[in-house]
Amino acid sequence: MTVADFAFYVAAFIVVVAGFFVVVSRNPVHSVLWLILSFLSAAGLFVLLGAEFVAMLLVIVYVGAVAVLFLFVVMMLDVDFAELRGEMARYVPLAALIGVVLLMELGMIYGAWASADGVAVAGSLGEITPVNSPNTGLLGMVIYDQYFLLFQVAGLILLVAMIGAIVLTLRHRTDIKRQDVLAQMYRDPAKAMEVVDVKPGQGL
Amino acid sequence: MISTDLAILLPEIFLSLFAMVALIAAVYTEKDGMAGTLTWAASAVMIAVAVWVLMSGGNDRTAFGGLFIDDGFARYAKVVILISAACVLMMSQEFMARRGLLKFEYPVLVVLAVVGMMLMVSAGDLMALYMGLELQSLALYVVAAIRRDGVKSTEAGLKYFVLGALSSGLLLYGASLTYGYAGTTQFAGIIGAAGEGEMPLGLLIGLVFIISGLAFKISAVPFHMWTPDVYEGAPTPITAFFATAPKIAAMGLFARVLHDAFGNATGDWGQILALLAVLSMFLGGIAAIGQRDIKRLMAYSSIAHMGYALVGLASGTEQGVTAMLIYMAIYVTMNIGTFAFILSMERDGRHITTIDSMRQLGSREPVKALALLVLMFSLAGVPPLLGFFGKFAVLMAAVDAGMTWLAVLGAIASVIGAFYYLRIVYYMYFGDESLEPVEGHMSPLTFGFLVASAAIMILGIVNLFGVDGYAAAAAATLVN
Repeated sequence: MTVADFAFYVAAFIVVVAGFFVVVSRNPVHSVLWLILSFLSAAGLFVLLGAEFVAMLLVIVYVGAVAVLFLFVVMMLDVDFAELRGEMARYVPLAALIGVVLLMELGMIYGAWASADGVAVAGSLGEITPVNSPNTGLLGMVIYDQYFLLFQVAGLILLVAMIGAIVLTLRHRTDIKRQDVLAQMYRDPAKAMEVVDVKPGQGL
Repeated sequence: MISTDLAILLPEIFLSLFAMVALIAAVYTEKDGMAGTLTWAASAVMIAVAVWVLMSGGNDRTAFGGLFIDDGFARYAKVVILISAACVLMMSQEFMARRGLLKFEYPVLVVLAVVGMMLMVSAGDLMALYMGLELQSLALYVVAAIRRDGVKSTEAGLKYFVLGALSSGLLLYGASLTYGYAGTTQFAGIIGAAGEGEMPLGLLIGLVFIISGLAFKISAVPFHMWTPDVYEGAPTPITAFFATAPKIAAMGLFARVLHDAFGNATGDWGQILALLAVLSMFLGGIAAIGQRDIKRLMAYSSIAHMGYALVGLASGTEQGVTAMLIYMAIYVTMNIGTFAFILSMERDGRHITTIDSMRQLGSREPVKALALLVLMFSLAGVPPLLGFFGKFAVLMAAVDAGMTWLAVLGAIASVIGAFYYLRIVYYMYFGDESLEPVEGHMSPLTFGFLVASAAIMILGIVNLFGVDGYAAAAAATLVN
């Protein structure tokens, strides 16, 4: 067994065990922590495959952003998970039945699955796979060249998402005090304080 | 070369740039005060782009290595999409303004949705298909919920969003299975991998999931459940938009995927589509009978109409695609006219949508009632109006493709469906006088749309305004 094999088995084992504990943990915060562990191990698997860019993406996006967001939501929302679980228990038999049927169907499909001839070489990226160049550069060549259109459309989709979030949630309140950055920057120290000579017994 | 690729996409780029400029301009000036101007500008720009696309003509071209296809079929669909979206925007301006719903984001989102639709009908790749579809859908989810303080509008938006996400999931699953089999996401590659003869299992499963996802977008039974609620809940101009441009885009995309990627298995998907068509026609006809709300009724009506358009597609021939394209153009024209009337239904300044409020319209407003009568007859497919010729074309395509049973079922369903259209006519001319009638406040423009679309239903029978020629040429570039 080489070192790579050993690393694979360790990482794969941790992914499976952590995934199992995500499902069975009683405390949702523990579930999220197990999820982070399984993401990190999956990133290790990607490194073994030579896909270092995807591995880093997994760590930065999934562990750094998504899982932390989960953690925030779980901790900030006051959800009674015991009650939710009780609700869920009522549907477990039905869910299990459907799950088993789906699994059997998938198994049957897998048994009869055959890809078209020559699929392995049919990938349209055949011409740009110099083996030892870094993933990031290769991905860039595809995204900014071959899939330039899709990349731009993805940008438009994000623009629509941003407009949508603003349209549906932003409310302009007029009765609150706002910070005026320009006014702050251009304020004159000489005029910041005014000394008023108050005569006794008069007030301002 | 990227510049030649971009040159093919110029109409889409122009529209996207317009949307961005409009957004920035409104944000930095008077915000919602610009909304009216932007709505008119967006309509004008879309009509200009429609003329541009119509005039551009020329050969079939592909851009970005086959991601984007610019052929006669795409151009036909784009022209219909652009014109119908522009008409709906113009009609909606007054309605939205009077109810304080006219935000400047509304025209911007509509334009971005139209860009998504144009990408959909030009997609030459499963990824391009998905990106176009999501751009369109995301913008539509937002406009459905644009009356964000109304319970029904937010419900419509949320329901549309959740179910839309589910259908996108189905579509992606099908796309990944197809990719797993064919090893490529390009339609040209998929059709090559499929080969002649019996369809391989991997592609068949992928195809079924893709069809399910797309059937949701055109609200074909059994993927129609969201339609009545969304149509009822969304503000009426938005409903009018939902019932027109997105349907053409989804139908165009449907035809594009089936013929470009799975074109040598017409028998396989023909059966699935025939089933969807029959279910849609019958459910649309029967379920609408119980509806008392005109917007819900139009939802079921659109389900039934999508069934007829699917009949054309199910025949799997060039004639079928031609019939479908003609049908969609006629359907959109009828819907624009009908919604122009629905937008004007109000009593004491409140928008009402119950169909019994149309009682006695015939004696009080004869011109409007007559126009609506023509549209209802045309929607029902009564000869000699244009709606009849649309139905006739799709049913003939089914007969010529050896699916006589489908045509017979379609004819039966259209008779059932005629009942609820004719009931509206009955209410208008013979309804009970004791009830308080609807007041018809209508701007000259909306009135123009109503009368013009009714006039088209009558005058079009002479030569269909040449649309059939364009549709046939468009279908010829798709099916070969």
